[in-house]
Order: sequence, then structure tokens, then C-alpha cells
Amino acid sequence: MSATPAPTSPQAPDAEEKTKLDPRQAIRRIVQGDLSSVRVILGLVLIAIIFQVQESRFLSAENLTNLMLQITTIGLISVGIVYVLLLGEIDLSVGAVSGLAGAVMVVLNVKHGWNPYLAIAAAVAVGAAIGCAQGFLFSKFIVPSFVVTLAGLLTWQGALLQVLGKTGSLNVTDSKITGLANIFYSTTAGWIIAIVALVAYGLILGIGFRRRVAAGLSENNPLPQIFRFVLVAVVVIGAVAILNSDRGVPLAVLILLGFVIGMEFVVQKTKFGRHVFAVGGNDEAARRAGVRVNAVRVAVFSISGAMAAVGGVMAASRLFAVNQNSGGNELLLLAIAGPVIAGTSLFGGRGSVWTALLGALVIGSISNGMDLLGLASPIKYMVTGGVLLLAVLVDAVAKNQRQSSGRV
Amino acid sequence: MSPVQPLLQLEGISKHFGPVHALDRVDFAVGAGEVVGLVGDNGAGKSTLVKAIAGINAPDSGKILFEGQEVSISKPQDATNLGIATVYQDLALCDNLDVVANLFLGSEERLGGPGLVTRQLDEVAMENRAADLLSNLAVTIPSLRSEVGTLSGGQRQQVAVARSLLGDPKIVMLDEPTAALGVPQTKQVLALIKRLKERGLGVVVISHNLADVFEVCDRIFVLRLGRPSGDFSSTEVTEEHVVAAITGLGNNVGARAEVAEDKAEAVDGGTEGEKA
Repeated sequence: MSATPAPTSPQAPDAEEKTKLDPRQAIRRIVQGDLSSVRVILGLVLIAIIFQVQESRFLSAENLTNLMLQITTIGLISVGIVYVLLLGEIDLSVGAVSGLAGAVMVVLNVKHGWNPYLAIAAAVAVGAAIGCAQGFLFSKFIVPSFVVTLAGLLTWQGALLQVLGKTGSLNVTDSKITGLANIFYSTTAGWIIAIVALVAYGLILGIGFRRRVAAGLSENNPLPQIFRFVLVAVVVIGAVAILNSDRGVPLAVLILLGFVIGMEFVVQKTKFGRHVFAVGGNDEAARRAGVRVNAVRVAVFSISGAMAAVGGVMAASRLFAVNQNSGGNELLLLAIAGPVIAGTSLFGGRGSVWTALLGALVIGSISNGMDLLGLASPIKYMVTGGVLLLAVLVDAVAKNQRQSSGRV
Repeated sequence: MSPVQPLLQLEGISKHFGPVHALDRVDFAVGAGEVVGLVGDNGAGKSTLVKAIAGINAPDSGKILFEGQEVSISKPQDATNLGIATVYQDLALCDNLDVVANLFLGSEERLGGPGLVTRQLDEVAMENRAADLLSNLAVTIPSLRSEVGTLSGGQRQQVAVARSLLGDPKIVMLDEPTAALGVPQTKQVLALIKRLKERGLGVVVISHNLADVFEVCDRIFVLRLGRPSGDFSSTEVTEEHVVAAITGLGNNVGARAEVAEDKAEAVDGGTEGEKA
């Protein structure tokens, strides 16, 4: 009557599946979405090949640098969207909030003569406060986040027009603000940044690995860690080499990467991040486990608002101006579409902040490539729509297959 | 039967929802190292009783004694602080998190360092403790890092029970632990309940499955329409007696055949009701 605690019990077929991963299984996993980031990278390679064949400037250092600058705003807003998606919620106000925050910064700086850093901080605080209020309304009164943030979208668009006043447009002149999107570091500085980043990454990998081995949780086989390090090193060195051969490493890219890495750390490695995943997976379970579910929700919407504001600041810096269209058009939809394309689930509990970057790269490179080819707006919209649909379909198929093979 | 000093003792517990007496002057006790089966038809008050003990629905009247001291359990935290853990039927696990994350949800261990948010989770310590706990309980799962959603029903149930043990409780209450499980998985869960008993915990098992109840329980406590209708030692009573207490047809010998039919209905109706 006692169950055998042997690892080879018939109850554990998954264990064997995990230990040996032959190439066929690896391919199946990519298809089924275990390695959805690999799927996205393959998609990016495909996009690059298609555009490069038609227009040889696509993969030039200059265009790739432009591409990185073009995606910073969407990428930064998507970082906050990832958190909201992890909860299984949606925030439709981020576009309007980014426009409003940009306007707040510029008005404070230009019209009221505020110190630029203070103006930026005020703009981010406005975004966080808006997100906090929306999160509170959504969690306290159990109104769908869709509706609360839809109301927010209209409200903050109105607030943007109000803040801008009669002129409808304001130019940014302060070099501290415009520098955010227009500073490029020298070749030497670029390499120093790359080396510091790689050393830090290597140390983090090494220390983590030694701890696990010391605790007897991992075998003393550092090959996977070395493989990961080499992969990251190749990407970092390659990226810096490309950026250096044009104008240098842009500050904007460092800001975007800093937020992506920082927010990924928070969501993967901290208690708060764990609770975000738990609430997104099963809020009732989280509540019973003592997680303060509503506090997590309010915090996540505050993050979303703050990141939208950061994106708005970057947009104002890049365009040297804010106007009535700031944060409008398709910005909101693309910021949500990006992480979804790159594999963050719309239904909560699954995803990573890296999908903000990868998704922005997919959307950005399609838009950039079509601009290079001189395609008209109607075509651009339709192609982008098609890509979003395709990505969601692939994700749905992967999910169905996971479920039918017993893995949720 | 029960030890001299019961771990948990309820005296005259009543609870009504509007005009409905869900519990009517119920006395109930669990001792250390004792497994008590709580059985009854749908609406008999089993869940209400468990919720009263777990602090989800405080009773309207009656006394609760824990280790001989009168206590008040008005919210779930009170029960947890006393050392009463509850494993609900819907398990309350997050399918998207791995086993370790589920075990430690809400009581994560963290590395030292500054900051409220920036302190890292101590995954190594949590994984170590999880491995110890599960091997002590002889729980078999493919990997501590497998997502709970990928586990079988029996494995999930065992993870849920293991989770309740992290706070070192003295009493564990299990709501329908074997519902919707296959035969081998049911065996695993029942074996786990026996190990809880060996550890000296008091265990309360709500179940519709009398075979399971007879297999693991020392005592069988029957509720019927909110009133206690039987408290048997499982070695001294037959299944028929228990069924009679559940259906209220106890003393009518002529109704035996009817009882058997009702039992089948009760079991069927039970599983349906619990799914809903």
C-alpha cells in the first residue's frame, strides 16, 4: 500500500522526456512554444532576409541604428504592457498616457522653466499616478481593466489637448531632454560598456551556478552556462560593432535595455514578480496563499503607467516636440501587439519582459523595411495586421498542441 | 478512541444562513495522530464545518478549543497562526508556476540585501527545502521545476498537501482529496494521509468515498442536515451503519435495500455537486 518513491515510477514519464532532448523533440518544442523566443528570433531572421533581398540598405549599420532608435518608445511602453499582460489584464490607456506625460514634461520645462530632470521625474510620476488610479478602480470595484483603461484613453487624450493649450504643439529645446534620444557614445565608450556588461553577466552566471552546485541541485557541468555566455557575448559584441561602425552606441538603446533587464529581473527573481505570475495564473490561489492580490494589481498598473510615461519622454526627445498626436495613432496597439507577437500570453501568467524588446524589433523592422521600400501607409497597416494575426494564430496552435499533449 | 486531550475541540457550533441551519449545535474533535473522516450528504454541513474551523465563515455560536484553550477563529490567518492548514478541493495551485514556486507561494524565501522589491528570491534554499519535504513525504513528481499544470491529478493533490505542511501545522483538513482521481493516484494520496498521521498530525478528511474513508480514517464523523448523526470508530462499524447515518434511515431495518440505493445516489449526486 505504500507508493514507491523511486524516480522511475510510472507516474513520471515527463522526467525522462526532460532529461534527453533529441533534435526532433527540440524542434517540436519550438513549434509548441516552449522556446517561443527562438521562434521569434527565427521570424526576425526571416524578415531581415526578405527585406535585405529587396533593398540592400536594410542591414546596413546606419539603418540598423535607425531601427533601434525607432523602437525605443514602443519597446519602453511594451515593458509595462508585459506586466499587465502577465496579470491577464489589458491597459488601453498607455498610448494616451505616454502623450500626456511627454506634454507634461515639455510644458514644465519650456513654459515653467523647470529643471529638465525634475520635469522628466514629474512626467513619470504623472504616469505612475494615473496607472495607480486606474489599477485601484479596476481592482477595488472589480470593473474590467479593459473598460477602466478605455475610459482612461479618452480622458488622458483630452488632458493632453488641455495641457498643450491653444498652440497644439511645443518644441523641446533643452539639450538634456533631446540628448536622451540623440546622444551617441564614442567607439571606445561603446566597447567599455560591452565589456562591463559581459563581465557582469559572466559573474552572475558563474555565482549562480556555483551556488546550485554547492547545494547539490545541479550537476557540476558548466557547459550550458558557457554556451549561454558565448551566445550573449556574440550578440553584444556584434551589436556594439554594428552600432560603432555608424554613429556609436545610442543612449536610447542603453535606456531601453536597462529597463528591459531591470524589469525582467524584478519579474523573474523577486517576490513581487513571483506574485505577478501567481495572480495572472490563478488569482484565487494567490489570495489563499496570502498574496495581496489587489496590491499587486495596483502596483502593476502603476508600472504600466510609469513605463508609458518613460516611453512618452523618449518620444518627445526623439521628435524634439510634442503635439496633439503624441501617443496617438497606432502606438497603443503596436505596444500591445509586440509582446503578444513575441510570445507573452494575453491570458496571463506566461511571458517575459524580453518579449517587449523582441516584439518591438519585429514590428519595428517590418515598418522600417516597408519604409525603405517606399510602400504606402495602407499596405503597411495591412501587413502589420497580418503579422499580428499570424503570430497570435501560431501561439494559439502551440497552446492547443501543448494542451493536447497534456502540458498546460 | 480519541486521545485524552483532543488537539481541536468544537462545542455546540451553530451557523445559519438566513433561515437555513447549516450547522446546529455540533460537537467535533480531532486528536494528534488521528485521522477523522467527515462524511455526509450534500448540504449536510461538512464544508460549513471546515470553513468554520478554517476561519472563512466564523460560526454564529459555540466554542472552539485548541489544545485545551478557548480560541477565536474569525479569519483564515487566525487558523493558520494556530497551526490549522486546509487543502481545498480546487487545490488552489497556480498551473503556470513550477512546484517550488507553488509550495512557497506567499512565503517565499529571499536572499539578504537591501530593498523591499530588489531582494532576490532564494531559489536554491527553496528548492532544497522543497526536495527535503517531498522526499520525507515520499511524494513522487518528475521534477521540482515542472509546471504544476503538467502534473497528474494525484501529483497535484500531493503538492497541495505538501504545501499546507510548510507552515508546520498541527492539523490538516483535506476537502475531497481523492475526488476525480484514478485508482493508483488515490492510493498515493491515501498513503500520504497515512504519513501525515505518522508524523503526529491531526487530519480531517472530507470525502464522499466511503471506501477511502474506511481505509485511512480512525474515526468517522457523520453530519446530516447540520446535526451530528454518528461518530464511529472505523474498526467497529460497517459501511452500512455509516450509510444509514448519512441518509437518516438508520434504525429502520426494513429500509436496508432503500439505503443501498440511496447510497449510490448520494455518491453520484455528491460528485456532481462538487464539480459544480
